Order: sequence, then C-alpha cells, then structure tokens
Amino acid sequence: MTSQTFPIAKDNDGKSIGKFILSELKPRGKWLTPFNIISIPTILLGIGLIVIRYVQGLGAITNLTQEVPWGLWIGFDVVTGVAFAGGAYVVTFMVYILNMRRYHSIVRVTVLNGFLAYAFYTGALLLDLGRPWNVVNPMIGNNFGTSSVLFLVAWHFVLYMLAELIEFSPAIAEWLGSRKAKRILSGMTIGAVIFGITLSTLHQSGLGALYLMCKDKIHPLWYSEFIPVLFFVSSIFAGLSMVIFEGSISHKVFADQIEDKEKSHKTQNTVVHSLSKVCAVTMFAYFCLQFLVFIHAKRWDLINSPMGYWFLTEMIGFVFIPMVMFFYSYRTSNIKMIRIAAILTMIGVVMNRLNVTVIGFRWDAAVHYVPSWMEIVVTLAVIFTEIWIFRWVINRMPVLRESPAWAKEKH
Amino acid sequence: MSIDRRIFFKTAALIGVSMAIGKSFGASSPEKGESGEVEFHGVLYDSTRCVGCQECERVCAAAHDLPEPTETVETGKVRKTSDHQRSVINSYKTSKGDAFVKNQCMHCNEPACTAACLTEAMYKTKEGPVIWRGEKCMGCRYCMVSCPFDTPKFEFMSTNPKIVKCDMCYDRIQKGQLPACVEGCPGEALKFGTRRELIEEARKRIAASPDAYQHEIFGENVAGGTGFLYLSAAPFKEIGLNTQLQNSSYPALTKGFLYSVPSVDVLLPPLLLGIYAATKNNHIKEEEEND
Repeated sequence: MTSQTFPIAKDNDGKSIGKFILSELKPRGKWLTPFNIISIPTILLGIGLIVIRYVQGLGAITNLTQEVPWGLWIGFDVVTGVAFAGGAYVVTFMVYILNMRRYHSIVRVTVLNGFLAYAFYTGALLLDLGRPWNVVNPMIGNNFGTSSVLFLVAWHFVLYMLAELIEFSPAIAEWLGSRKAKRILSGMTIGAVIFGITLSTLHQSGLGALYLMCKDKIHPLWYSEFIPVLFFVSSIFAGLSMVIFEGSISHKVFADQIEDKEKSHKTQNTVVHSLSKVCAVTMFAYFCLQFLVFIHAKRWDLINSPMGYWFLTEMIGFVFIPMVMFFYSYRTSNIKMIRIAAILTMIGVVMNRLNVTVIGFRWDAAVHYVPSWMEIVVTLAVIFTEIWIFRWVINRMPVLRESPAWAKEKH
Repeated sequence: MSIDRRIFFKTAALIGVSMAIGKSFGASSPEKGESGEVEFHGVLYDSTRCVGCQECERVCAAAHDLPEPTETVETGKVRKTSDHQRSVINSYKTSKGDAFVKNQCMHCNEPACTAACLTEAMYKTKEGPVIWRGEKCMGCRYCMVSCPFDTPKFEFMSTNPKIVKCDMCYDRIQKGQLPACVEGCPGEALKFGTRRELIEEARKRIAASPDAYQHEIFGENVAGGTGFLYLSAAPFKEIGLNTQLQNSSYPALTKGFLYSVPSVDVLLPPLLLGIYAATKNNHIKEEEEND
C-alpha cells in the first residue's frame, strides 16, 4: 500500500524547502470554474468596500446605529462562524481523548476547517474595530480589562488558534518533507488537544456570555442566564453538522485527492452515520434545556406574538425536526437524510445566533437594523477567501489524501 | 512511559498558565466610595427646577469642542445624545404638567461599560466620573452593547472614531472646578457633590415639600446606583426614564460566568488527561482484534 505518486499533489522529499514552497504557491487546475466565476468578483468588490470602510469610517458601508452597534459582522461572521468551527474540538476530543479511531480520517480536514474559520472570522473582527491599531492592547501588559467577558474571549481565541495550528502542523511538516519537525510536532498534539478543548469550552460559552449584560435589550425568548450553556451545547452539534456538510462536499470536489475511492466512501459514510447519533443526542439535551429555560421563565404569554412564532419556528422546525431526523436516519442508516438534517441544523444555528445578536437585539426599537448589501458582500468575500485558502491547502498538503509513506512508519 | 511523563509535564505547565490567566478574571473590584479616602461624586438633577433653557447643552458643547446645539426643545419630541452631543434636554407632557429632563451618562457605581471594556479604556475613576481613554480603546463598541442606558456613542463616520459620552468634566473636577453644566445652570437645577451628600440633599427636598416630588430618587438604586440622581414631580416613567431596569448592578450578571472560568481552565485539563489515559489502550486492543 505504499504509494509515492498522486494525480496532482506531491510532497517534498525534505530537500530545498524554499524552492518547493515557491513552486507550490503557483495556482493549479482550471481557472474558469463556476466557483471562481462567482467568488473572484465578490472578493474584489469586498476588497474595494473594505478600502472605503478604512477611508471613510464604518458608517460608510454598514447600517450600524448607536443603538445596535454590533451587526452582521459580529453576529454572523464571528458568533455564528465560531459555532460552526466547533467541530474541531469535538472531533479531536473523540479521536485523541476518547481514542475513537474511526473518526481519525476526518481529524485533519476538520482541524484545518476550524483553524481557517477562526483565522478568517476573527480576522474579520479587525474590520469591525473602530480603532484597530489598539487591538494589541488587551494582549500586552498594562491594559488588562480582566472583568470583561470580551477580554476572556479574545485571549481564548488567540490561544485556541495556536492550539489548532499545532494540531494541524504535522500535515505541514509532511508536506514539506521535514521528518524531524513532524516528529516534534506530533509529540505536541495531545497537549494541544487538551488545551484546545478547554479553551473551546470557555470561548464557545463566552460568546454567549458576552450578551449577559444585555438583559433589557434582547428579546426575552432568547435572553436567559443560560445563554453561555446553550451556546456551548449548540456548538457541539453545529460543529458536527458542519463536518457532515463539509465532508459531503469535499469528497466530491476533491475526489482527485482520494486514492482508494471505494474505501474512502465507505469510511466517510460510517463516520457520517455515527456522527448523526452524537448530533441527535446533543440536540436532545439542547432541546430539553431550551424547554426548561422556557418553562422556568414562564414565557407562555410571549408565544402568541410574531417573535413567539419565530421562536417556535426555530425550536420546532430547526432543532426538534432535524433531531428526530438524526435519530431516525441513524436507525435506518439513511446517509442522505443525515445530510439534510445537518443542513437544517445549520440553518437553525444561524437563526439562533442571529436571533440573539441581531434580530432579537433591540427588537423593540423604532428603527430596526438591517445589514446593508455592502456588509453582506464583505461577509461573502471573507467566506470565499477562506474557501480559497482551504482549497489551496487541501490540494497541496496531505489532508484528505494519505500521509506520505515515511510518515506512516512508527512515530 | 516516557511519553506519559512528558505529556504530564506539558499539561501541568498548561494548567499553570491557565491558572495564571484565570486568576485575574475573578477579581473584578466593586467600586466603593465609602471606605476609601475619596468618595464617589455625582450630580443631583432636580427636574422641578429646570426651565429647559438648554444652557447646559451649550456650555457642554463649548467645554468639549463640540458643535453648538441648534435644535430647540419641543414637548413630546425626544432627542437623544449623539456622537456630537453629550447632554440633551427633553420636554415631556406628564400628569403634573410639562416637565424637562436632562439626559447624559449616568455614571453608574458599577458601570456595565467598564466591566465590558477589555482594555480598561472605559474607566470608573475613584472620584466617580466614568471616563473614556482613547489611547487604550480599540473601538469594539462592547461598551455600547452593554450599557443599559445606551449612553456611549460612536463616531461611525470617522476613520479615527471616538466614543463620545459625558465624562462629568473630569478634567475640571480634578482642577477643583464644577462640571460645566452644573456651573452654567442658571436655575440651580444641577448640584455637584459627593453622592452621599446629594442623596441627603434630595431627601431633604422631598421632605420639605412632599407634594412637589415623587418620593424616590432615580439613580439611588437603579443599576446598582448611579452618579447622576434625579428628582421629579411626575412619575419617572412619564419623563422618559427607564424604570424597567434592574436595581442590582449589570456587571453582576456576568460574574457567575467569569468565576466559572478559572475552575474550568484548571479542572478540565486533568479530567481530559485522565480520560485520555484511561482510553489510550482501547485502539491497541481493537487493532489486535483486527489483525
């Protein structure tokens, strides 16, 4: 089973790393794919808008108001994006801590996905900062706002990105053909995983805790003292749904990366199948918790209103129904239905995060915040750029394809 | 075995780091004026004495290099503070006739904005005013999200945006002067002093003419107590003050979460390490079975 040649990608033999990187930087493959045709103009337009944002101020391209100072860029890019990146800590927990080997095939791609999501979505945060040149202040010395939840989230973000980079780094070492680096970096994996899971627990819930002080601003159906717990639990199935969704796309798009297609297809289906059970169970816990919060806070009288119907749509249509679908399709091994359930779950998570951060925030204000088309374009540009980098890495490093032969020997 | 030890040390080091980081989170000091040498100061605003002349708006603008306000007060029309106006006067139709109300930063005893600020740019001074320090601020606007009174305003149309809000003329207070609005008020509707004196003064006024006032002081308890204190003839709700706000402080809402952070940071890694050690040999067994 030792294979040296691959259709597109080749790993370095350990010599002349600089030259190798230069040759790898060149684009490959066809240019005029449908994805490129959509993404390139969007990214260029997004860059133009970002220039305007820095020349004229945030108000020039966003619809933010004095009452709603956080909009789509925080509510969707950061809060929702980070929830979807939760797959990395769940999968590393299952593989490295619980030693569930069957998920091993998806570890690298999930961690890569998580790392890029953090890098880009929190990178997008810099666009939203009014005074970005002071961004290092909470990191260096004398300006520690230690009673701030945001301070905590910022630190946990930065450290977690480091942990994920360490978790992914063996793939980079294999790509560069650096045996020694690979050995050292692999040795750091378990430490990084433990560190990473701890950090994730806190910043996933921390994103919810950011809104704890907005007691009077968020619609009572979405505000409770349990927001941090709800955010944490939902990040588990949000991340796993993303893994299922992303996996089904990656396996089609990057089919040339996979050598033994039949075997890989089978492994992928087993993984998706067993993930559906994890999703179902955590969604059940989440649903129960939401229900308890609802009953405990005596919110029955809020249900018969437009916001109440919207709440029911979220809870029944995009939590309860996909949960039942996950249970059912696990029983019947219906992979297609699992994928549909994953998509419904993802829509539900987007709804939930936006309901807390944008839609339910100042729901009673006279003038509602609606994101401008320019905010949406910048968001899309960020997502597309991330996918570009993702594709670049997948096409070069051993993420979906097998590690080079030397790396598979005893480590 | 050697790997085990290495991992153990690594985790121990990580715990150490997270403890060092975690420890600092719990300690959010509640601002207290009574025990220290310096007491919190504040301003008592007596709505019954205010004639709505807007002199406070004008002197405020002059003192902080802001454009002179041109809008006049109209009953029923609510104006808000903005990125170019730190203080506004509004007029309300109430059950006790038309009443004027001044709006500006409330200077909470335990401000949500300073608890929210991750760079200590929003800062509760020991004298009482809550001030904004531009050299620290990164413009994240979390203070605006957190403030229950929606006080901090942001210059959305600037490339070097500032957070704009009343700072109780902190620079003037340090020089021993009165805040500009207090000094400029021709009707003595505003009075500057320590918060304790002001509450006493307010009670005295209520006791002296009980029919002229509501028998409570807005700001004495709301949001954990504020530096600006309000007396009014009409119920506070009728003069546009938010009576729905809680009486305990807003930072208290995040305390539970912040206290849980060091515990999770310290306890979770050993737990994970334990599970790892316990399940480590599972796959070896599996592989043996597969072979």
